[in-house]
Amino acid sequence: MTDTAGAAPHTSGATTGLGDADTQTHQDEINNPSSKVMRFGMDAPLQLDEGTELAPWQIAYETYGELNADKSNAILVCHALTGDQYVASPNPITGKPGWWNLMVGPGKPVDTDRFFVICANVLGGCLGTTGPASTNPETGKPYGLNMPIVTIGDMVRSQLRLVEALGIETLFAVVGGSMGGMQVLQWAAAYPDKVFAAVPIATAARHSSQNIAFHEVGRQAVMADPNWHNGDYASYKQRPTKGLAVARMAAHITYMSDSSLHTKFGRNLQDRSKVTFGFDADFQIESYLRHQGMTFVDRFDANTYLYVTRAMDYFDLAAQHGGKLAHAFLHTKTRFCVVSFTSDWLFPTSESKAIVKALNAAAANVSFVEIDSDRGHDAFLLDEPEMFETITGFLNSAAWARGLT
Amino acid sequence: MNKHMKQDIRGDHRLICDFITPGSRVLDIGCEDGTLLNHLMGTLNVDGRGIELSQAGVNTCVARGLSVVQGDADLDLSAYPDGAFDYAILSQTLQATKDPKHVLEELLRIGKKAVVSFPNFGHWRNRLQLLTKGRMPVTDYLPYTWYDTPNIHFCTIRDFMELAKEVDAKVLKAEAMNARGKPITINAPWWVWNLIGDQAVFLLERN
Repeated sequence: MTDTAGAAPHTSGATTGLGDADTQTHQDEINNPSSKVMRFGMDAPLQLDEGTELAPWQIAYETYGELNADKSNAILVCHALTGDQYVASPNPITGKPGWWNLMVGPGKPVDTDRFFVICANVLGGCLGTTGPASTNPETGKPYGLNMPIVTIGDMVRSQLRLVEALGIETLFAVVGGSMGGMQVLQWAAAYPDKVFAAVPIATAARHSSQNIAFHEVGRQAVMADPNWHNGDYASYKQRPTKGLAVARMAAHITYMSDSSLHTKFGRNLQDRSKVTFGFDADFQIESYLRHQGMTFVDRFDANTYLYVTRAMDYFDLAAQHGGKLAHAFLHTKTRFCVVSFTSDWLFPTSESKAIVKALNAAAANVSFVEIDSDRGHDAFLLDEPEMFETITGFLNSAAWARGLT
Repeated sequence: MNKHMKQDIRGDHRLICDFITPGSRVLDIGCEDGTLLNHLMGTLNVDGRGIELSQAGVNTCVARGLSVVQGDADLDLSAYPDGAFDYAILSQTLQATKDPKHVLEELLRIGKKAVVSFPNFGHWRNRLQLLTKGRMPVTDYLPYTWYDTPNIHFCTIRDFMELAKEVDAKVLKAEAMNARGKPITINAPWWVWNLIGDQAVFLLERN
């Protein structure tokens, strides 16, 4: 999830802007989130792909709209790398509106007047679901690197546990972009009978080599920060904010397109008429990225960034099914609506086409739309009317097929 | 479906509807804005899917609730398994494909039956234009000049029947239409249809 505001005032570097009171709020959100939370005790462990079990564990979630009498109108929204459960309501730390307000809400494509919308913080996250920042009950300190490695499959398994605990047998739809789209695909492949309709947006069935490379750069930036202390920064009462800010800056470039950067910033200078012959943020793009990095560290945990990027890297749906992606979807009855954007080079259209090809080979019911946009990967979070029309049409048609009004 | 509704749809679409069994699985290749697919789903309750080359067409289809993917008849049919559909429809698209023979073979592989409609280049007006003016025919129905037409592989009804034989397909049904999109009901030999048929619709099956 990214902030799309314009260039921010010049700042000389990333430092944490949190006061003690704010830090306390953040810590509370990790273990006792202000959203809803489902807790599972020692008797209800979560199986993990790495072969271990996690217990106790919890999953923080938010809901919008009303569940109907036969519990057939639930839509699960899956968030991206740095998103959270606050899809359509303000984030308690930043106070910013829900990250997908344009897509989810009354009268929106994911219409909360008709559907019961669930959005959960992912496993390994830092806003209330168990992750490396959560307190390890055995030590009374954050898990840090003692947190088991989690996968997209683990995230989805934890969501299934939540959905079951809410008494919902089948989800009407699972919707998500980027890493959220990976979860959508995982849901459809692992639990086909529980997903009536699936909307994977700007995503891929496997993380590409190039994307693993970008993630590795980000992780190395975090780990190179002397404040990281092998992930045990909580013991030192420090945070590797500089490393995490650099990771965010690098990642942020991949969310935009060359043309959108050029249109927005060009070579414009920041609050000055000529270059300073130094390493200040002379250019607006530099100032913008520094601002992105700095605000990110205020709301996000560095170890969480390592864990969640790793989950994406490990995602390879075909590998889970004997190397054939089509086998992931054999005999599926789920209806799919795959969406990509022309200028997205992080999850290019070719990745979506590979998904569509596999779905066709499995004779699945699939729609595929490529939206013309110059805003890069981030387009899925922005005001893209054609995307909204597509998803409205698809969900309406699926709702009709499911007998929903 | 009532008679009145039938009058509202395009001539070849009406004939195609007559060839399709209600409730069957249908793939419409080159489905444009989804008019035929929508009609088939609404009136015959088919389980319908579409492939369309133009992104604008695809987006329109999906926004109206149809299951359509962006794809090219020449390239993207290979992904579909054998016999995945009861009918594979190619409506007014054959003449725009690069390799019509291969596309027809794919149609017969994917669909238990194939429905193909195409403009008949052997129509007397086309023959007359070529004969009298010595130029490639341009008609109301085929309005493109030779250098900017998407229609790169024209054929006549006879040519198509020859192709069907070559790919080992059996003609189950065939209809020709006049210039007003009405079926030619008179019982006439093939050479007459080839002369007066503006368009033709074939229902085929692999031998």
